[in-house]
Amino acid sequence: MNPAPGALWRVLRHGVIIAGFSLMVALGLGLARGGEWLLQIVYAEAIGMSIWLSMELGRYLFRVDPETGWPSGWRSGALQVSAVVLGYVLGTAIGDLYCGCSSFDLWRHSPRSLASYLVLCIAVSLSISYFFLSRSKDQRRQREIATAQRDAAEARLKLLESQLEPHMLFNTLANLRALIGVDSVRAQAMLDQLIAFLRATLGASRVPFHALEAEFARVADYLALMQVRMGARLETRLELPPELASLPVPPFVLQPLVENAIKHGLEPHVGRGRIEVRAARDGDRVRLTVRDTGAGVVARDPNAPSEPDAASSRFGLAQVRTRLAAVYGAAASLELAPAGDAEGGSRAVVTLPA
Amino acid sequence: MDATALIAEDEPLLAAELEQALKVAWPELRVVARAEHGAAAVELALRTRPDVLFLDIRMPGLSGFEAAQAIAEDWPDDAGAPLIVFVTAYDQHALQAFEHAAVDYVLKPVDAARLARTVARLKTLLGERRGANGPSWEAALARWRELLASDALGGVQRAATPRLDVIQAASGNAIHLVPVREVVYFEAADKYVRVLTADAEHLIRLSLRELLPQLDPQRFWQIHRGTVVRSDAIARAERDEAGKVTLVLRGRPERLVVSRLHAHRFKPM
Repeated sequence: MNPAPGALWRVLRHGVIIAGFSLMVALGLGLARGGEWLLQIVYAEAIGMSIWLSMELGRYLFRVDPETGWPSGWRSGALQVSAVVLGYVLGTAIGDLYCGCSSFDLWRHSPRSLASYLVLCIAVSLSISYFFLSRSKDQRRQREIATAQRDAAEARLKLLESQLEPHMLFNTLANLRALIGVDSVRAQAMLDQLIAFLRATLGASRVPFHALEAEFARVADYLALMQVRMGARLETRLELPPELASLPVPPFVLQPLVENAIKHGLEPHVGRGRIEVRAARDGDRVRLTVRDTGAGVVARDPNAPSEPDAASSRFGLAQVRTRLAAVYGAAASLELAPAGDAEGGSRAVVTLPA
Repeated sequence: MDATALIAEDEPLLAAELEQALKVAWPELRVVARAEHGAAAVELALRTRPDVLFLDIRMPGLSGFEAAQAIAEDWPDDAGAPLIVFVTAYDQHALQAFEHAAVDYVLKPVDAARLARTVARLKTLLGERRGANGPSWEAALARWRELLASDALGGVQRAATPRLDVIQAASGNAIHLVPVREVVYFEAADKYVRVLTADAEHLIRLSLRELLPQLDPQRFWQIHRGTVVRSDAIARAERDEAGKVTLVLRGRPERLVVSRLHAHRFKPM
């Protein structure tokens, strides 16, 4: 395993931090024992650096969890203990080499003093380990927060892009421009619908629920825009029983289905077509149906390589499914299937608890 | 300069607006045909043979691009190549390809200054064509081939789609498994594709457009918008006096016609 340049930097940074800790330990010991500053510094640095290097090298012997940078489970503990012992022996030997004495002779006349060094060494190692561990946890948490924020922003952007698809927008504007020249009254009405559509699209994702009536109004605005574009080719029918008008539903529960029906059902279909949007009560459930007489489900298989907007279509359907699951759990469903009658086309049905 | 034109656009207001804008930018241009979908555009273009074709890219049925391909293939030899102008509201990838292949296009909503530039260019091209008194097919075809080869119009899909090894064709209650390497050629038949091997013929429910990205372009050559042939099943290519290329196959008695868009493949090494 080759450490990346970023990893090399991290290792060096750790080394510097550990050298700083060791220096502080040496100064503390020097103060307590009154003098022998240089000797204390040599011992402390030698032991500190030895433990650190043993840990860094040991980490490359094990398979390291890429998230924490440490081996998993008991291996992490074993690595730390053996690195401390190995580093302590090695560092002490280096210190002895410098002063020309043998610390291990202490075993004979003052085992207590050697034991106190060992305990000090373990305590310092533990606190440094704890310091690094909590720091890396903190960084990981911050990374996770940043990723989550980015994902959420991306999902919002994708939703917005699928709603305000540039092709649809520019074609609508081109129609509006043409209409201004020939029928300014109708052009004004179309502009009002476009404004309502944009206002609803840009604002709606911020509220968790709105009345079914509002969802139908948005669908009506969208269909009115499409009717200007498609002219006599498009026939629309909206049916909302008055008793369901105020039923709370998540925003964008119907509109992506209607856009799908237009984009993949009726727009590519040669000749005239009809779209029907209906709400009906069925026992303790409410059924929302979007039916078109267009190209049909097979022709709009989102996996077909020829479908230019397959991704956006799939995204629209997935978005509705996600919203339904988030709000209603298993109690709501979305099904898209061929209409299965002589007129052809397809039918999308959303079932909600009433 | 007087000339004739066809407008293919499925949105009625936009068709009317383009016609209106053309009246201002090119008063002598006569719009002789209007089509609401791709197939109608092909049929009307071949019947009325206008000098200039304005084709919307997204249309029901055939796209403007597919319609242009069909027109380029079936346009009679004795008439000069039509000038094709694509019309689009927003197709980023297609626009890059058009810029690259120097194909004319008009953006919706129509911008008068931009349309005037396009008209000036079209007039120059038409003048050259009429002055030379001969069809300018080669230049037009070269641009077409460049467009066909460009990544923006299908090349990317081809790279991303996995290759097909065995074709599964239904016949009655049985499914025939046909190794792709045994196929001599594929032929489009409406929404189906005919699969022809040396000794059998099958029908699969797939359009040629959907099948094409799944075939190895080195092994299977498109020779016509409706025909794809396995290259090592071609025995020879014959060119008649009019320049029309036909293929003689190994293993099949039929002779296949190569369209003018693909005839450049068959040259001596």
